[in-house]
Amino acid sequence: MVREISLKIDGKEIKAREGMTILQAAKAKGIEIPTLCYDEQLKPYGACRLCTVEIVKEGRRRMVVSCVYPAEEGLEVEANNEKVRKIRRLILELLLPLLPPPSDTVTGPIETLAEKYGVKKSRFKAELTNCTLCGHCVRYCTEVKKANAICFIGRGTERQIAFVPELAPNHCLACRECFSLCPTSKMVDSVEGIRGVCSLSIPISEKIKGK
Amino acid sequence: MVEKIRSPAELEKLRSEIIARRDPKKRIITACASTGCSALGARKVIESLKEEVKKRGLVGQVGVKEDEVEVKETGCLGFCELGPRVIVYPEEVPYFRVKPEDTPEIVSETVVKGKIVERLLYADPTTGEKARKLEDIPFYKHQLRLLLKNNALIDPKKVEDYIALGGYGALSKVLFQMAPEQVIEEIKKSNLRGRGGGGFPTGRKWETTRNAPGEPKYVLVNCDEGDPGAFMDRALMEGNPHSVLEGLMIGSYAMGANEGFIYVREEYPLTVENITTAIKQAEDCGLLGGNIMGSGFNFRVNVHRGAGAFVSGESSALMAAIEGEVGEPRPKYIHMAVKGLWEKPSCLNNVETWANVPLIILNGAGWFRDMGTKNSSGTKIFSLVGKVNNTGLVEVLMGITLRDLIFKIGGGIRGGKRFKAVQTGGPSGGFIPEKYLDLHIDFDELTKVGSMMGSGGVIVMDEDTCIVDVTRYYVDFLSKESCGKCVPCREGLRQILNIFKRICSGLGEEGDFENLEDLSELLKEASLCALGTTATNPVVTSLTHFRGEYEAHIREKRCPAKVCRALVAYYIQPEKCQACMKCSRSCPVDAIIGDKDTIHVIDQEKCIRCGACYEECQFNAIEKISPPTPPPPRRGIKVIRKKKRE
Repeated sequence: MVREISLKIDGKEIKAREGMTILQAAKAKGIEIPTLCYDEQLKPYGACRLCTVEIVKEGRRRMVVSCVYPAEEGLEVEANNEKVRKIRRLILELLLPLLPPPSDTVTGPIETLAEKYGVKKSRFKAELTNCTLCGHCVRYCTEVKKANAICFIGRGTERQIAFVPELAPNHCLACRECFSLCPTSKMVDSVEGIRGVCSLSIPISEKIKGK
Repeated sequence: MVEKIRSPAELEKLRSEIIARRDPKKRIITACASTGCSALGARKVIESLKEEVKKRGLVGQVGVKEDEVEVKETGCLGFCELGPRVIVYPEEVPYFRVKPEDTPEIVSETVVKGKIVERLLYADPTTGEKARKLEDIPFYKHQLRLLLKNNALIDPKKVEDYIALGGYGALSKVLFQMAPEQVIEEIKKSNLRGRGGGGFPTGRKWETTRNAPGEPKYVLVNCDEGDPGAFMDRALMEGNPHSVLEGLMIGSYAMGANEGFIYVREEYPLTVENITTAIKQAEDCGLLGGNIMGSGFNFRVNVHRGAGAFVSGESSALMAAIEGEVGEPRPKYIHMAVKGLWEKPSCLNNVETWANVPLIILNGAGWFRDMGTKNSSGTKIFSLVGKVNNTGLVEVLMGITLRDLIFKIGGGIRGGKRFKAVQTGGPSGGFIPEKYLDLHIDFDELTKVGSMMGSGGVIVMDEDTCIVDVTRYYVDFLSKESCGKCVPCREGLRQILNIFKRICSGLGEEGDFENLEDLSELLKEASLCALGTTATNPVVTSLTHFRGEYEAHIREKRCPAKVCRALVAYYIQPEKCQACMKCSRSCPVDAIIGDKDTIHVIDQEKCIRCGACYEECQFNAIEKISPPTPPPPRRGIKVIRKKKRE
């Protein structure tokens, strides 16, 4: 038996099922909260922090990520106040330097969000990696395909995504399902496209052929 | 081999037997066998002490026989810079910086004749007075060593030593005289707060785990001590592992757990060795394992060796690592105490927290609560390092002032320099300036000034320290040790580090202040774990208290402490140069122009600012200047004015 609970998001009283996250509850009622690393098929990852919202609980305010925080009875959520928007703007400003300048024809979700939040240009130094480390590819490969052919390596600012040499040749060429999940649109689903940059800036095709 | 203990009475019987076997007048030479002293050559000293004692015993001089003298290997006493340390009992004469060559004299004089070897005593650097007892040394005089005291008396590889000093008495009391709820009540009353950094009330945490639904429950020890320069947990685990184990067992009984994990970082091999030995010995004598002391209570404990990631000290990351996953924090809004290891209620406490537990049980909650300050009871071990005269591990009553810690125990600033700042709490702590030196150290007071207790690192900085440069160092450390999962922490630290690199190389801009402030705020508000939310404490506190130094770097391109390489230059003062050629020979890039009898000039274009010439010059003719704009070398080559050399 799933209990129904009610909470308030941006002043609107909404109903949700127990066990839902704030994000799910909001989405179900058409309230928009931006996300990047969130995907319905995957476990919440809580890494991009774009879905940060402010909650008021027992009179105390706190910033939480809505993709993880459970919808609770009587919870008050401010999903779009100035503090929240400031955080999102700054996160976008940190993400933009990872991508090539917006001269491309392709506009990915980050550029779209940046425009929406009024971030025209980042004030920070370009760190062109083409990868936001949202982990869609890694998590999809692990959780859905259960192939474990892609993984994270390194930590901190040296964190990267790598293809597991022993596994990738057996899976990746035939699968390529992760390509479409990539928010920087740099993993393109075509054989030529593979020569485009993957997160490691190593052409996947070469890597796979090399094996 | 000891027989298994089957009741509290048997434990007491064993205790009295061990004590009865010991002659209080017996001469014991204790030597530190801990990591610090070992690095300074303690192993050789211990071997040579043993050899010497054996030799003497064979000769049978002055009635001292081999079995009447014991060489005991003990844990760390904290004054590591003066190691290897040796103490001769029963007089308790402490010797420092002992070398293998000194051991014949220690044995022939102190052990055999009871005479003190003066030259091995600690001499006060100002008065020259020799210390014949540990307590005579200022470094120890102002400490209150409840947890570290026994490190001097216990061989960590011998459970008898711990039992002889009352060890496992608290466990026996708990198992046979107290209900689990009573134990939790006692810890709650004692006001013990987590020593690992957060300062969360331990009793409340225990209660949460006890009441949380789900079986089994787990108890864990956090010994993933990764702060640069900190080693309090190592000293405790290495020197007195049974005290941690006993605390852990008391907690497990109180919370209804039957299995525990000890997370030790792999970089502490001796710690791993000693705790593993301790577990084996405790099991052998029925103090751990099934039906402990005949009480019916079972407890099993595993040692998990960390794979060397700073972030694994974070609770959810630590548990992920034990589960066999990558040691990185998980996004969670449910306490680990409720849903932790394998989603079961799990209580993780720091080494020092656990070690306090047996003391509280034996001496009572009131005893503990009355020590220290209102909100922070008991003692705290600090790792006092940096530009102080006496560095090492110190255990003090909560509420001691920073001034007393640094000047009384630490003996003031090295080389008579001026105090600049103290940084507490490890790489994510804040800088505390001179005006707060009289602050009483406790959890809340440190937080109020933007720093934190952390696990107890205290790094003292003098006037020659560039705050901007040190902050850059911490940001660099954290940017590498962050797990890199969440955007604010990974990308935020990356950009903060970029900004610091620019500032330190003279490319700072006016907008950097705002950018640093904005990013610091973002990390604090939006990071996934505590590493990120606290990472910018050094940035924020240095911007608050040492803004002038940032302004000098950014606006005047000047490093007041003359540390940042790009902002300093070396300059040879013509009136002081004696044209001795020493500096030019020491220069690795041939940047010093000059011949014999000709005043030397540094070619600033070539100079890499390594400072080799500065170190080499005997006439103090070379000066460090900032901003790096030395007066242009005079045209033509000057002939030197030779000074009288008398």
